[in-house]
Formats: sequence, structure tokens, C-alpha cells
Amino acid sequence: MNNTGVRKPRLSRTAAFILFCLLPALIPVLVLTYFPILKGIVMAFQNYSLFNLNDIRFIGFDNFRTVLQDPNLPTILKNTGLWVFISLILQFAIGFLLSLLLYRKFPGRGVYQGLIYYSWAMSGFLIGIIWRWMFNGQIGVINDLLLKAGLISERIGFLSDPKWAMFSVIVANIWYGVAFFAIMLTAAMQSIPEELFEAADMDGANGLQKMLHVIIPYILPTIITTTALRVIWIFNFPDIIYAMTNGGPANSTHILSTFMLDKIVFGGDYGLAGAVGVISIVLLLLYTLFYLFATKASKAGDF
Amino acid sequence: MKRKVVRRVNLSAKVIILGIWLLFMIFPLYWMILTSLKPKNDIFQFPLEYLPEKISFENYANIFAISKFHVYIGNSLLVSLLSAFIVIVISILSSYVLARFTFRGSRQIMSGFFLTQMIPMFIGFGPLYSIMSQLNLLNKQGSLVLMYSVLLIPFCTLMLKGFFQRIPSSLEEAAMIDGCSRLGGLIRIILPVMKPGISATFIFAFVQNWNELFLAIMFIDREEAKTIPVAMNSFITKFDIDWGAMSAATVLSVIPTMILFALCQRLIVQGLTDGAVKG
Repeated sequence: MNNTGVRKPRLSRTAAFILFCLLPALIPVLVLTYFPILKGIVMAFQNYSLFNLNDIRFIGFDNFRTVLQDPNLPTILKNTGLWVFISLILQFAIGFLLSLLLYRKFPGRGVYQGLIYYSWAMSGFLIGIIWRWMFNGQIGVINDLLLKAGLISERIGFLSDPKWAMFSVIVANIWYGVAFFAIMLTAAMQSIPEELFEAADMDGANGLQKMLHVIIPYILPTIITTTALRVIWIFNFPDIIYAMTNGGPANSTHILSTFMLDKIVFGGDYGLAGAVGVISIVLLLLYTLFYLFATKASKAGDF
Repeated sequence: MKRKVVRRVNLSAKVIILGIWLLFMIFPLYWMILTSLKPKNDIFQFPLEYLPEKISFENYANIFAISKFHVYIGNSLLVSLLSAFIVIVISILSSYVLARFTFRGSRQIMSGFFLTQMIPMFIGFGPLYSIMSQLNLLNKQGSLVLMYSVLLIPFCTLMLKGFFQRIPSSLEEAAMIDGCSRLGGLIRIILPVMKPGISATFIFAFVQNWNELFLAIMFIDREEAKTIPVAMNSFITKFDIDWGAMSAATVLSVIPTMILFALCQRLIVQGLTDGAVKG
């Protein structure tokens, strides 16, 4: 819409219609999403604690100093990296393999998909509860199965042993997240024009060649977009860890988002939480810039 | 001949991989259901039972006896349905406009909506707590209805926009030539065609609300106002996890979303792939 036209009565009716439709969405989002986030960023520079609301003042970078000097921070950062990248790589690899097997119709495919996609309708919290029960050190079914299979000779404290805890929460996260990639990649593969496969057949391509030269190039934009998004989502996803270990034992499963949650919900220290949040945003921004640069934005889907 | 062998090997590899993954996906839910149906003493008994031998509903009876589970169910239903409904009404309007018009700022609005998906929402939790306390909504379901609606508007707008773009605009233009207003055209002509997309988005919103935990923990502490996830979260400390009760609660809280998901799986998947990624 051009500016000069707005004055004409017919166009201004369109403008009024657009405003009428958009304002109910825009105003709440600005007031209850953007405003609190900006205010949270401001709080990162304040002494702002629920338990000491009479003493709110700007303290510069003190909160950041506190967070950066936290002796657990190196562990937390390392955990965040492991959590994000191992989850991502395995979710993607398994999701890709499944969608290769699923994108062509076969009898029972619909039912099969329903049964392997359902985890997506569940909450991270419940998934965490379920896996916490299965990974239980004494009575857990996973220990029982491994013992029966003769793979271990004594029970493993999956959630109580710092060596195993990260592995356990990542398994639960993979269980949850493969469906996302399977859904997205299957949809993308189904949109490949049949002619491309016919042409590949005529050139005598085998399965692997078809995958490398037809499927992957065609779905590359989807791969780039979904992996980019997924990194951010996994990064900001404390639910499973919260329910399974709540960061323990001995911080061995704390990631930045569970750490931030801990500072807010249980510590009531909005200043410190804000500082962790700002650090998270900076890391995510750096990642996004790097990703856009590495993959050249033009290839990614158009948001 | 060689081809045939290759094909058979391929097929059995395919069946094995799909089978293993199916087992891996189904087993956790099976285990939870099985646990919930075991009599309390059997849960901690060795060797573990892999098939139901004695079925008992005492765990289910128990969660209603030790907690106000029926109240939590009611609260969850109220909050989830109401805010899903609000989100849908608001998002239909915004996504329709964004799908049909290009105007100054429309791209920015889209990016602004998209950005909300990327920022860790926890950073805004503190300020939100103050806002809710000023609005006198703490410990009331209203705080959740309000926040769940607002938080889902961006994503549902993007999702619905994908559905709108698949409907030719000539449809409502014809209606407008016949004297319909824009809003009238949207309501009378487009919405009926959009039914599948709208129901998919509604169910998506319902499921998200049904599952939300952390805002609910922040805002709600009063028994009468708790939603199921908050109540289950308090089970953890209260009983040092009574696994029988916990598994029964898990099964009960999963049922509604499972039914909805089973009914509308294809539509939701379509909405996600169209709206969110190709948007």
C-alpha cells in the first residue's frame, strides 16, 4: 500500500480493515511478550531479587560477573554444547533415515507414522517423568532389560551417576525429537517431482546416487531451516532435563536454560536470570549469524 | 536375479529398521500404562513383570483420593480450551491479513512473530510475574488463559497463514463483487473452506496449552487453580515420587492429547510443514 493512496476513502477502508485485524494480535504480543523480554534484559543490569524488592538498583555488569565467575559455568556450557549438538545430530540422522523409508507409500504407512509421531504431542515434562521412571537405578526397566540381555552385570545409576546422567537425558530428548525431523523431511521428500527420479533412473543411478544427487539437493533448504530452528529450540528446552534430573547430580546435566529456570523459579533472582538470558541470546545470535553465513542465507527457506 | 536379491535385502532391512524404531517409540508409553495398572506392591517387585498379570485401578483411585485431580483436570480443560479459542479468533484475523496483503511493515511483523520463537521466554518471566500480580491475576486461571493466548498468537498466525495461502483469493473477491464486505467474505466464504486448517491449529494450540508447565508453576500455587502439569510437578516433592500415582497421572493427562492427535495427525503435520517452514 502506498502512502499517498491512504487518503482515498476506498484504500483507507482497507487500511482500517488491516488495522482491525492486526491490532488484536500485535498489541498483546508487544505488551506481554516483547515488553517483558526487554524488561528482563534491563533487569540483567539491576540488583533485582524477589526476596529483596526494596533494594532494586542498577549495578552495571555485576550480575554478568557473578554468572561468569560461577565455578559451575564451564560445566554448564559444556553440557549445553553436548545437549544441543548430540541431540541434534542423532535426531536429524534418525529422522532422515526414517523419512527415506517413509516418503513412499506402503500399506500401513499412515498408522506407522501415527505411532512414531505421537511423542510430539506430549509435554517435555511428562516425557522426562516417563524416562526418569525407566532409567531408575533400582527398579528401572532399562537396567532390567540390559541385565537380561547380558549387556551389563550390575545396575547402572543412569540418573544418579554423573557419568551417565547426560547420556540419559539425551536419549529421552532423541525419543522426543526424531518425530520433528521425520515429519518435516518426509514432507519435503514427498514434494520432489517424480520426473527427477525418472531422469535419475534413466541415467542408471542407484539408491545412494539418487539420495546424493536428487533427494539431498532438493530438500537442502528444508534441512537448513529445520536444523537451524531445532538448535534454538533444543537450546531453549529445559523441560526434559528439569523432570529427569533438574540439573543434577552435581550439575552434570545443567544446561543454560535449566540454570536460568533455576535462578528464576527457585531462586527468584531476576537479575541473575536476566544475565544468563542475555548470555543465551548472545550465543544464539552468534550461532544464527554463523549459520546464515555458513549456509548462505539464500539457500534457507524464506521465513 | 541379482536385482531381486538386492530388493529383498533392502526390504527386510527397511522392515527391521522401522520395526526397531516402532518398538523404541511405543515401549515408554506401554511401560507407563503397565505401571499404572499394577497393584501398588507389584510395582517394586522383582522380577519385573512385562505383561499385565494382576490389573488394578488402585493407582487411579489413589490420585483422586490424595489430590484434587478432578479439579486439576477441570482447570486444564478450561485454560486450554479457552485460550486455544482466543488464539484462533485473533490469529485468523491476523494471518488472513498477512496472507492477503503486502503493506509497509508486513514483513517486519512476520519477522517479529518469528523472532518470538527464538528468544528464551524465561528472560521475560520476572516482569510477567510483576504484571500478573499488578493485574491481580496471580493464583488465578486467568493469568494462564491470558499468557497462553498471547504466547501462541505468533506461531498460530504463521501456521494459519500457510493454510490461507493455499486458498485462492479469487474466492472472496467473487463474494465481494456480489456485495459482501471483506470481513463478511472472510467469515462466510473463507472460513468454511479453511475448516481443516483451523481445526489443526486449534488442536495444536490446545495441546501446547495442555502441556505447559513453567508459567503455570510461576503463576499458580493454590490447589484449586492448579493445572495438571503443576499438580504433577508437586507430586514429585510431596510423595518423593509415588510411581504408581505418577504413572496413573501421566496416563490420564496424556489421553486427551493422544485422542486429538490421532484424529488430526495428518492435518497438524500439514499445518506445521506448510506454515512453519515454507511460510
